[in-house]
Amino acid sequence: MTAIRSAEPYLEDIVKKFTVAAVAWGIVGFLAGVFIAFQLAFPVLNLDLPWTTFGRLRPVHTSAVIFAFGGNVLIGTSFYVVQRTCRASLFGGEPLARFVFWGYQLFIVMAALGYVMGITQSKEYAEPEWFVDLWLTVVWVAYLAVFVGTILKRTEPHIYVANWFYLAFIVTIALLHIGNNLALPVSVFGAKSYTAYSGVQDAMTQWWYGHNAVGFFLTAGFLAIMYYFVPKRAERPVYSYRLSIVHFWALIFLYIWAGPHHLHYTALPDWAQTLGMVFSVMLWMPSWGGMINGIMTLSGAWEKLRTDPVLRFLVTSVAFYGMSTFEGPLMSIKAVNSLSHYTDWTIGHVHSGALGWVAFISFGALYHLVPVLWKRPGLYSLRLVGTHFWIATIGIVLYITAMWISGIMQGLMWRAYDEWGFLQYSFIETVEAMHPYYVLRALGGVLFLAGAAIMVYNMIRTVRGDVRDERPFEAAPGAVAAE
Amino acid sequence: MTEDKNAPKDKVAAKDEKAPRAPKTMGHEWDGIAEYNNPLPRWWVLVFMVCIAWAVGYMVVMPSVPGVKDFFGGTAGFSSRAGVRDVLAETATQRQEWLKPMADAPLDEIVANPALRQMAMRGGEVIFKENCAACHMVGGAGTKGYPALVDDEWIWGGSLTEIQQTIRHGIRSGDPLARTAEMPAFGRDGLLTRAEIGQVADFVLAMAAGKPGPAAGQALYQANCAVCHGEKGEGMKETGAPALDNRIWLYGGSRAEVMAQISVPRHGVMPNWGGRLSDVEIKQLSVYVHSLGGGQ
Repeated sequence: MTAIRSAEPYLEDIVKKFTVAAVAWGIVGFLAGVFIAFQLAFPVLNLDLPWTTFGRLRPVHTSAVIFAFGGNVLIGTSFYVVQRTCRASLFGGEPLARFVFWGYQLFIVMAALGYVMGITQSKEYAEPEWFVDLWLTVVWVAYLAVFVGTILKRTEPHIYVANWFYLAFIVTIALLHIGNNLALPVSVFGAKSYTAYSGVQDAMTQWWYGHNAVGFFLTAGFLAIMYYFVPKRAERPVYSYRLSIVHFWALIFLYIWAGPHHLHYTALPDWAQTLGMVFSVMLWMPSWGGMINGIMTLSGAWEKLRTDPVLRFLVTSVAFYGMSTFEGPLMSIKAVNSLSHYTDWTIGHVHSGALGWVAFISFGALYHLVPVLWKRPGLYSLRLVGTHFWIATIGIVLYITAMWISGIMQGLMWRAYDEWGFLQYSFIETVEAMHPYYVLRALGGVLFLAGAAIMVYNMIRTVRGDVRDERPFEAAPGAVAAE
Repeated sequence: MTEDKNAPKDKVAAKDEKAPRAPKTMGHEWDGIAEYNNPLPRWWVLVFMVCIAWAVGYMVVMPSVPGVKDFFGGTAGFSSRAGVRDVLAETATQRQEWLKPMADAPLDEIVANPALRQMAMRGGEVIFKENCAACHMVGGAGTKGYPALVDDEWIWGGSLTEIQQTIRHGIRSGDPLARTAEMPAFGRDGLLTRAEIGQVADFVLAMAAGKPGPAAGQALYQANCAVCHGEKGEGMKETGAPALDNRIWLYGGSRAEVMAQISVPRHGVMPNWGGRLSDVEIKQLSVYVHSLGGGQ
């Protein structure tokens, strides 16, 4: 599998930087998540300080995992993948790539400090104020330039499917970011601004942004990772080129309309709610097209799952992707949504996607990248990867089942009436009933964090060049003879 | 590589090891990754088509396509706003069956009528949990600064109509008919010295425990406090002066807490619910609260 190299050497030092940043921010984000999960179970942990309340730490968690962890994984892998699949070094060279790296880290730090200090424009997943938004726009345009420039100077005749997905992610995120963050600052020297939209239009713009952050940041971008790392790791050709084209365009076209399903049964006009719902349902199969292409690529190489826990991460992530993208359209149906909306079910749904899909495929890609980038023969320990896999999987299952139970219970309690038409439960009684599930969820988070800590240890030892003396994973009987 | 289940069936599955991909894959390769060109799974296409057909059908039936001034309202004539309006109207009609007699009946008649009393109790509980429990706690257990409603000490009176009055107009709420009283700040305003406040506190604590207190404190109490709190500490609901002859304390029963209250009293506020709850809701709430402890 030796590919022909390009004339200029690939820039891999920058990918190393993104890898380290992704892992470090991942730990920060998971830790923040565990802490706020315990805050929900035990409110005394808010510590009675403004900086440590749930309201300020929640965006720290969401931004750290989505934009800091996820973003660094996306930009890092895209720089790696685009060079190798285009057989060209990065456009703009080391300086421009380095600007993207440090600029992006600065954005993360500015955003996080702002949240803790209470500087926010109160838009979910778009909390940073106008000056941080402007800075990110500059960095993002530089990122787009590096990526598109590299594709333009490619020496491969065709553009590989992973790069379509990366490009869709970069372009659409730029559009969403600018569209949703249009705002008028109160003064040049003040942090405060007012959004350009008002009322239900603001809500609609926000969820057009919010849902497509899921669609293009957490889906299209990570599908790009899947399209490179799954066939690479499985050493198998991609299952279907035709399917990749059809599901790519279907996904891109349909996702952008699905946002209104976040606003069912609100002041949003009925026609917009209908569109949000039907486009979400139509999105089911295009999403599954990605899953099919990911999983079927393994057909004929299933035995590798026994011996390669990194591939196990990659494939399990695709399975979680399939589950979440079935659950999503289901929850967008108004009848289901009337029960699920505003409950913990939504939180469980997000985390089956975020932990199961986004984080798992990232772990798989990072485990693959570290030995390659640092030029080591392999990981320090494959057994530890296996341990990480199981601990994290149990953590996810604990998390999402706790949230399903708590969310459905919460929804049922809210709508429970007695025989005379009186509400059966007050809000505080539903909160009391959810307490045990909040504790379980936090424990699930602890397991997930523990798994990530094992990964950090494993990677540090790998970078140092250590190899653990351990029993190798045995191939299935008969599979050895296949070569 | 011997297993090639993914290789398209319609192409010749060449087993030529020297060119294993040439006839089967798309023919190009990126960093060692090739692509098959398997057809779209038939079930996948089918389900996708069904979803699209359903979406189109749903859009015909339901409000869907926006126009310049209006939108296509769908053949079913669905409107979520009209739906909510209808459900609310229907519920209101059903509730009139018991709300009407309840609205017309005085409080003691509601309590005397088993059917009306049952509805008032159930409705009152729901209203209490959503509006009152945040301060008075679930079941009226009370907490520091917020009186318990399950005991028989009523600062402003515990009859049905007195409770109704308190709920409707509140306490120090700004409502013209609110229950209002202010205990002097004996310490802050220099009416009593710190030592004297200590003596009064000692006497009050002894009285609450049913024991004779120190004479100095008793004299000060009679001169300064008895006019509102009563000679024997029995309290006076007209001025909202709590009884001091029991161990129920609104702001705590330690010596320091009693001294603090004499020195610079705190004056709690309860909202006037008259503007927020309807008259008949306040009736239900009054019946419920009256039933919690020793209603008078």
